[in-house]
Amino acid sequence: MDARTTLLQARGWKKWEWAFWALAFAAPALLPSHALILNEMAIVALFAVSLDLILGYSGIVSLGHAAFLGLGAYSAALFAKHLHPDPLLGLLVGMAVATVAGWVCSFSIMRGSDLTRLMVTLGTALLLLELANKLDDLTGGADGLQGVILGPVLGRFEFDLMGQTAAWYSITVLFVLFVLVRRLVHSPLGATLMAVRDNPLRAKAIGIHVNARLCLIYTLAAGVAGAAGALLSQTTGFASLDVFAMDRSADVMLMLVMGGVGWLYGGVVGAVLFKLMYDVIANITPQYWTFWIGLFLVVLMRVGRERLVRPWLWLGTRRKGQA
Amino acid sequence: MLTILFDGIAYGMLLFILAVGLSVTMGLMNFINLAHGAFAMLGGYVCVVLMQQYGVPFLLCLPISFLACALVGAVFERTLYRPMYAKPHLDQVLFTIGLAFMAVAVVDYFMGSQQQIMQLPDWLRGRTEWLEDTPWHLGMGHYRLFIIAVCAVLTVVLQFVLSSTRFGSQLRASVDDPRVAAGLGIRVNWVFAVTFAVGSGLAGLGGALGAEVLGLDPTFPFKFMVYFLIVVAVGGTSSLTGPLLAALLLGVADVAGKYFVPKLGAFIVYTLMIALLIWRPQGLFTRQGGK
Repeated sequence: MDARTTLLQARGWKKWEWAFWALAFAAPALLPSHALILNEMAIVALFAVSLDLILGYSGIVSLGHAAFLGLGAYSAALFAKHLHPDPLLGLLVGMAVATVAGWVCSFSIMRGSDLTRLMVTLGTALLLLELANKLDDLTGGADGLQGVILGPVLGRFEFDLMGQTAAWYSITVLFVLFVLVRRLVHSPLGATLMAVRDNPLRAKAIGIHVNARLCLIYTLAAGVAGAAGALLSQTTGFASLDVFAMDRSADVMLMLVMGGVGWLYGGVVGAVLFKLMYDVIANITPQYWTFWIGLFLVVLMRVGRERLVRPWLWLGTRRKGQA
Repeated sequence: MLTILFDGIAYGMLLFILAVGLSVTMGLMNFINLAHGAFAMLGGYVCVVLMQQYGVPFLLCLPISFLACALVGAVFERTLYRPMYAKPHLDQVLFTIGLAFMAVAVVDYFMGSQQQIMQLPDWLRGRTEWLEDTPWHLGMGHYRLFIIAVCAVLTVVLQFVLSSTRFGSQLRASVDDPRVAAGLGIRVNWVFAVTFAVGSGLAGLGGALGAEVLGLDPTFPFKFMVYFLIVVAVGGTSSLTGPLLAALLLGVADVAGKYFVPKLGAFIVYTLMIALLIWRPQGLFTRQGGK
């Protein structure tokens, strides 16, 4: 099999993928009482996919990806409140703002080690958090931005209290963006991104413009995160300061790691698992659920995250240990 | 005017003691330890509990906090941290965030989520005022004076150990190139374990000293994690001077920023950090010849 067929095969849609998305679209109808949590899952899944673009496909460690989620959330909410109630326009505005911000911030992550990137991204998110807190006449400060009322999607589907419309809306946006992102990572451009991730020096040597690639992917990922943020504030009718918080960035990283980094479905699967886990644990101990999340992280990292996704590795290492 | 500078220096010194362990471990093993603040929190709680429930005098509490944290640090290093050194940075970050999450929940469970109040001995309360009614007015809280004194002594001792003792040279050699150092017969693992324990102990001491100034509640590791990381990232990991200057800069900038433009709050610190890191991605102070 030559390289061309291998690449094209990875690009083609598999049967289980069709089944997966069919199930996703059927879910709000099958479980109407859980539409709200399905909506949340779709939103964090989109957020995790966006983080996967920079972390999994380009190797940029970011602890401040919530910056773009928050920007998308606030700009969409403000747009709906003051300018126009149409959700799709708001979504585009949220994405546009986050994309521009991502482009500006992409210049801050070009240089330095993982630690420097970690700090710069974290600092950016904290900076925006402070900003949103201080500009309280615009954003409502610590009380959050309330009273976001949206018109019907496409002028036809009203948002209902059960959250079914919201869930379908979010799942559709997730699907559309997912298809675009999937196309991107399987394109030649996506291949160069992975080359940059695996070995920047070598990538440069074969003529890939490393910084331009990083800039591009960071900008795009910011836009996708902005879409997730816009969905968040649109479907909850509310934007609060915690969209910028570090917990968000840490949570989304955890989701991605649970599902598998460098695999687009990893973000989606991780988001679903994380939300289910959160639901179960928070029902048992609402105050101390961070302990269990922490324990899970520690154990997961200690045994190695590969073995969660590929359990057969357990056998392989044990055999190596004996030899 | 001078009061702000004074408070800023006290704050910066405290940050330095809290972060210096982190700086050394990061430079030595290239290990990103986000759970460092948890050790500081442990020190703070040890001190508060000893003082309030067992009536141990404050001056005795400080070394006990140091020892307790150093012990816990050594145990954790041997059991939990060591296998993580070879893992990628992402794994280290998630692992240590997990540890910090657990520490927060455990402290919340046993001690409650309220802020702990520290009863200082009488001789540390009060304030000395100099040059009142002039632009150079200097008000020095006695406790802050005490902090500066303790931290200054510690800094000198650390600098001496690092530059003039056998252990210090071994440590510096291991930081610069662990493989060659190991080849020369230095037990790098052992050097690292000791350094980690001392770094954790210093964090605990800083936490105990800072409980009154910084406030002590279960969210401590996350609230101050950013500050520690700023000190390390801006100061670089190759010397003591870097983190010290970075900590002082951060302390003064934070106190002055909060005093002069309270509306901007922590804004100044973050902006300063991002600007510095874009300008010098490896930190302000880097030594030539390191790895």
